[in-house]
Amino acid sequence: MADIATFWERIGLRRAGGVAEAGWGRTLAAALISLIYFLPVLFIIFTAFKPQELALSVPPTLSPTSFFGLIPDQFVFTPTLENFGSVFSRVMTTGSQPESTGFDLFFFNSIVIASVSVLLALAIGTLAAYGFSRYPLKGNDTYLFIILTTRMLPAIVVIIPVILMFRAAGLSGSYSGIILLYTAFNLAFTIWMMKSFFDELSTDVEDAARIDGSSGMKVFFKICLPQVVAGLAATFVFGLILTWNEFLFALLLTGPDTRTVPVAMNQAVSSGGRGTDWTLLAAIETLFLVPVFVVTFFLQNHLLRGVTFGTVKK
Amino acid sequence: MSTIDIRKATKKFGSFVAVRDVDLSVAAGEVVCLLGPSGCGKTTTLRMIAGLERATAGDIVIAGRRMNDLPPEKRDIAMVFQFYALYPALTVGQNIAMPLHYEGLGSAEIAARVNKVAGILHLDEVLDRLPGQVSEGEKQRVAVARAIVRDPNCFLFDEPLSRLDVELRHSMRGQIKAVLSNLSKATVIVTHDQLEALTMADRIAIMCDGLIEQVGSPHEVFARPANVFVASFIGTPQMNLIHAQYKGYSNGKAKVAFDQQDVDLKVNPAVAKLKPGKITLGIRPRAFTVVPEDTGDTIDAMAELIEPMGAETLIHARTRTGSDIRVVVAREKRVKTGEALHLVPDAAQTHVFAEDGKAVRA
Repeated sequence: MADIATFWERIGLRRAGGVAEAGWGRTLAAALISLIYFLPVLFIIFTAFKPQELALSVPPTLSPTSFFGLIPDQFVFTPTLENFGSVFSRVMTTGSQPESTGFDLFFFNSIVIASVSVLLALAIGTLAAYGFSRYPLKGNDTYLFIILTTRMLPAIVVIIPVILMFRAAGLSGSYSGIILLYTAFNLAFTIWMMKSFFDELSTDVEDAARIDGSSGMKVFFKICLPQVVAGLAATFVFGLILTWNEFLFALLLTGPDTRTVPVAMNQAVSSGGRGTDWTLLAAIETLFLVPVFVVTFFLQNHLLRGVTFGTVKK
Repeated sequence: MSTIDIRKATKKFGSFVAVRDVDLSVAAGEVVCLLGPSGCGKTTTLRMIAGLERATAGDIVIAGRRMNDLPPEKRDIAMVFQFYALYPALTVGQNIAMPLHYEGLGSAEIAARVNKVAGILHLDEVLDRLPGQVSEGEKQRVAVARAIVRDPNCFLFDEPLSRLDVELRHSMRGQIKAVLSNLSKATVIVTHDQLEALTMADRIAIMCDGLIEQVGSPHEVFARPANVFVASFIGTPQMNLIHAQYKGYSNGKAKVAFDQQDVDLKVNPAVAKLKPGKITLGIRPRAFTVVPEDTGDTIDAMAELIEPMGAETLIHARTRTGSDIRVVVAREKRVKTGEALHLVPDAAQTHVFAEDGKAVRA
């Protein structure tokens, strides 16, 4: 029995008593579960590199290489970059020259609209959150609740009034319109998130800074903000993902020049009457993943601290 | 001149009155301790002086100027916080230099002054470390260094030693006192530790429930407590407070009855003016003399618990009806559990508090 126990302990599937490093067994189990979660994304990425005719082949092709003969040939596909090229330019009608699809503009739109509106919301929301946290109003909680209610309604409920307002204000189809909407959309989340970060800070340091001779503005920028960088990063990424993926408002409120990728993607794959072009869709999606992935990757250290904030007391 | 004057300062939080009509003045070079149990308003009083809380009523006058409406950064004060409040992202040296930066001094001047205080507080070795990388005692010294690096109107300390262990506390107490005595600034120290107050302060203000109960020198508040609260708060072991019935005064002695005993006690002559009624007797544990037999002016009790404290022995004794009386005797005096004690209190140290709790004294 003892031998068996030590075996399980050694590979880390049994607690050896106390806190220890996870063994290979646990690491492997975690990797396996992560892989299962990642499979759909992996499949999309692979599909983006497949020739069009293999997109829906049965049995599906699973790997771009055979791993030195490990994977049978019928599951292996030859990777191609053709799909990525046709995202930006392809033959629209049979027999004619390839045309630009406008996707360079749509990617540009998505990046500008999402980042500007999230940064704007972050700037406004952080200031508001600091105010709510440090200079509470009478009925502070009521105000915060009202702000929260803006996130309670499904977007579809408010879409008609929003369209009418945009039309009346002449904002339909403009950058400023959709940026304004997304900023408002992100504000509630930003305020709540950042307020919880400011609440957790010790006010002693701020008091000390004021006594040392720092004005209120300096206290905010030099003392408080540096301490909530993790919160800013986490809020930024969450807001970015939310805005980046938004479809409904973008569909109804952007024009041909301000169209974002989710909307354009929908139109690209269903146009032309040839059914859904799966490899094209996968290529757009793969490209669509990249910016968010890059941002998340560079902010990951902050993010980890941001999302686990408050779980361990100081 | 570096002085602090608080006149009728009141602070309300909603309907809760944290500080009520506090009057306190601190002269230049004087160290005043605000002493009291937690929640008595001492920190709020300090924060009102600092400008971190706005006084609801009354005046805060620092260096001869009314400062009620000025924010903390305009009051030119220095404060040491209970949890040190060091800037976590700045090194020890940068922490100490921060107030000088805000004053707009040149970097050579700043470096010189930082090095000077670092020398005084033995921080030269750790100037380049972050606050998270230095010991608790060093953090405390950094906080003090940051306060004394400037030349402010006054110094404020909020429970400066509460986070240190006993030994460090002893040595820091001495160090802070030495540093302060060279600066001749008005200083207010908030503490709940009476030993800290008694050792560091020139005067002690004892607070309870938002009121200042007594202000006086450490000797005065110990020897002549103004009321029952001060009497019970200052001194270890705690003063014996015995509820008694005052029956009359004759031949310099007061006739008091408690716990089925009638005792004639030598007390302050001012007691003669008191009408018969309820009083509280306050006698410090060290003010008793143990005599061999009951002579009519002794308090009789039975030794119940003996706690040797080294140089002295603390005896918990019980009167006939069960009141607890603490007696401290010299180590040589051997007392056994169950032994009957006849205790004669020292007249000069027998305090009589009238029914309203105020000391009756000439």
